[in-house]
Amino acid sequence: MKGLKSLERFSTLFLVAGLICFLIAFGLLGVWPALMTDKLDNSAGEIKEVPRDFKIYYQSVDEYKKALFLGKQIYIKEACWHCHSQYIRPVGNESPRYGLVSTAGEYQNELNKPHLFGTRRVGPDLIREAGKRTNDWHFAHLYNPKSTEPMSVMPSYTWYFDKSTNPPKPTPEGVALVAYLQSLGAWAADVKRTQFDTNQITMPPEPDF
Amino acid sequence: MKNLVSYPLIKAHLLISILYIMIVVLAGLAYSLQFIDLFPFPHIEFLSPGRIRMVHTQGVAYAWIANIFFALIMYIVPKLTEKRIFSEKLGWFIFYIYNFLVLATVVMILGGYAQALEWGETPKLLDPFISVIVVLFVLNIVAGSIWPARSKPFYVSVWYILAALIWTPLVYVMGNFLPEYVFEGTGGATITSMYIHDLVGLFVTPVGIGMVYYLLPVLMRRPLYSHSLSLIGFWGLAFFYPMNSAHHFLWSPIPMWTQYASIVASVGVHVVVYTVVFNIFATLAADWKRVIDDISLRFIFVGALCYLVTCIQCAIHTTLSVQEIIHFTDWVVGHAHLVLFGTFSFWAFAFIYFILPKLTGVKIFSESLKEWHFWLSTLGIVIMDIGLMCAGLVQGHMWKSLVPFIDTVVASKPYWWVRTLSGVAILVGEICFLINIVMTCLSGWEKSRGKNEGSQESRAF
Ligand code: HEC
Ligand code: HEM
Repeated sequence: MKGLKSLERFSTLFLVAGLICFLIAFGLLGVWPALMTDKLDNSAGEIKEVPRDFKIYYQSVDEYKKALFLGKQIYIKEACWHCHSQYIRPVGNESPRYGLVSTAGEYQNELNKPHLFGTRRVGPDLIREAGKRTNDWHFAHLYNPKSTEPMSVMPSYTWYFDKSTNPPKPTPEGVALVAYLQSLGAWAADVKRTQFDTNQITMPPEPDF
Repeated sequence: MKNLVSYPLIKAHLLISILYIMIVVLAGLAYSLQFIDLFPFPHIEFLSPGRIRMVHTQGVAYAWIANIFFALIMYIVPKLTEKRIFSEKLGWFIFYIYNFLVLATVVMILGGYAQALEWGETPKLLDPFISVIVVLFVLNIVAGSIWPARSKPFYVSVWYILAALIWTPLVYVMGNFLPEYVFEGTGGATITSMYIHDLVGLFVTPVGIGMVYYLLPVLMRRPLYSHSLSLIGFWGLAFFYPMNSAHHFLWSPIPMWTQYASIVASVGVHVVVYTVVFNIFATLAADWKRVIDDISLRFIFVGALCYLVTCIQCAIHTTLSVQEIIHFTDWVVGHAHLVLFGTFSFWAFAFIYFILPKLTGVKIFSESLKEWHFWLSTLGIVIMDIGLMCAGLVQGHMWKSLVPFIDTVVASKPYWWVRTLSGVAILVGEICFLINIVMTCLSGWEKSRGKNEGSQESRAF
């Protein structure tokens, strides 16, 4: 028992419990996997041109890129990410519902720093949102979610619209937010559509009651 | 020894933490109203539901839990090591600056400056200041109360608190800076998952358990049931807990081996936790009558029960097959409330009821308010958690069945009503608590003023 007493001393507690245990876990299960995924290639997600639907708002790629970051900033400050996750798991029939399963590489860009994986889905996942809806649908939905989905519990974000016109026009922030939403998984939008047509998605058999 | 503990400083942290828990509960309630279409301020930008949610969760961690834990650390550690904290002035400095930062966090989150990290929504601008304050707090305790007493082995409470004091600044800096500035995407998520878990596991858990290990022998007037169990519990926690991280992002793009390791460690932790829970119950079992009579012991008992349930939940839902269903659902929210309210807040209440008579010099104002607080909180959390667990299962299975998303929202609404109603019960309980504490402080204040006047009069004569 004498040896065990050293477990109750300052130096052991400080060094072994406090520092070593923490650093082992931090290194092994924090930094190491982080370094592994940090090097992955993300050339697929590169933004080379302004998408067609946004040409009326943004003249150059730089402007468009700036808008994406602004949109992300709004997505963060309204905590959209506390109600919408941004990754698709290979289980739970998520691929049939949302689209391609997420891979590590697709998140390796500046726009994902910090990442917005999220841990709660009050609303649907958004990482394959690009192209799923039209811009106008998004504007109507953000202005008043109940207009597109009467039972929705999503808050309305009327302050991203200029209410002096009728119908209200989105402010530059509102447009940037939708640009951001429409960029989520844009690189996979085509893959997703063709896969949906050709891939044999196995639906669960209908139970016969 | 006289003046071993600085009562006014502890009292300041304690009172402000009680103010914060009211705000936290109100924010939670307000946000829960969004889910049943009754949100009270729908078109006010500063009070948009998402921002209120961040105030709710940040308030829990950094306002309520942190303040009450600062108070109890500054009470328990000097009592056990018989050494004063390094500097009382520094303590007051930390009190003012820290609470200013908390206030600034709330204002800035509502103003739209939140950071995109779970549990780390504190604006980027404030993170460095909070880190510095946390380090100062640690130095104040370690340099004053722990280091000078290092020649002897410590009591178990000090192990836990010392470890937590070392972990907390490391965890805070890791979680708030690496995903923001160093690792992007999946790598950042790996670090974030570690942060989400470590904040609860390496700050809240050890301080909470350390406190219970202090209160149990004092209130039961008998030693802990087993010393070796506390040794296993502590070292198991130190070894396994930091490795649990990736279980918050299972089935995500994080490398699969990391996820497997975190699952194994999670099961390890839950075995370790049983030793702690067993130790608590076995100590309480020696004298049930005392447990029933003493509100603090009753809070410890219910808290330990909730802890047991959370840990059983944890072992079950950390497995990949259960994750498939319950991840992203209200099940996890129920789990979070059970552990942070049902366990650690209950234990903090136990500490408050224990310490308040010492701080004020008078008995707790009302016995019946105490009972109301206890029963409403217990009822509230039990109903809320059962409701949320059911909601989680319904949501998970409906998502998997590929029904339109909105149907799953509609199906959840009854459960969200249950959450709000049980939240009202909790709110009423907390109001009873607030009244009781304020009245106790007022009567303590009157008594001491009476004494002072009395002594002045006697001097005049
Ligand atoms: C209280 C939780 C909550 C918050 C906060 C929230 N949403 Fe939603 N969101 C929902 C729910 C529920 C739905 C599903 C019903 C609907 O379509 O409105 C939804 C649906 C959506 C959809 C439609 C997805 C699809 O293709 O069906 C988009 C896009 C969306 N939200 C974007 C946002 C953005 C952007 C924000 C932040 C400004 C946000 N949400 C904040 C709950 C939320
Ligand atoms: C009136 C009582 C309360 C109500 C109605 C309430 C409601 C809520 C709601 C609606 C959420 C968001 C859930 C979601 O994103 O779907 C939440 C999150 C949370 N609440 Fe509360 N809350 C209450 C009290 C408390 C208390 C007292 C604590 C702890 C001391 C607490 C701790 C938490 C935590 C930790 C989360 C984050 C959960 C997660 O992200 O998984 N809550 N609460």
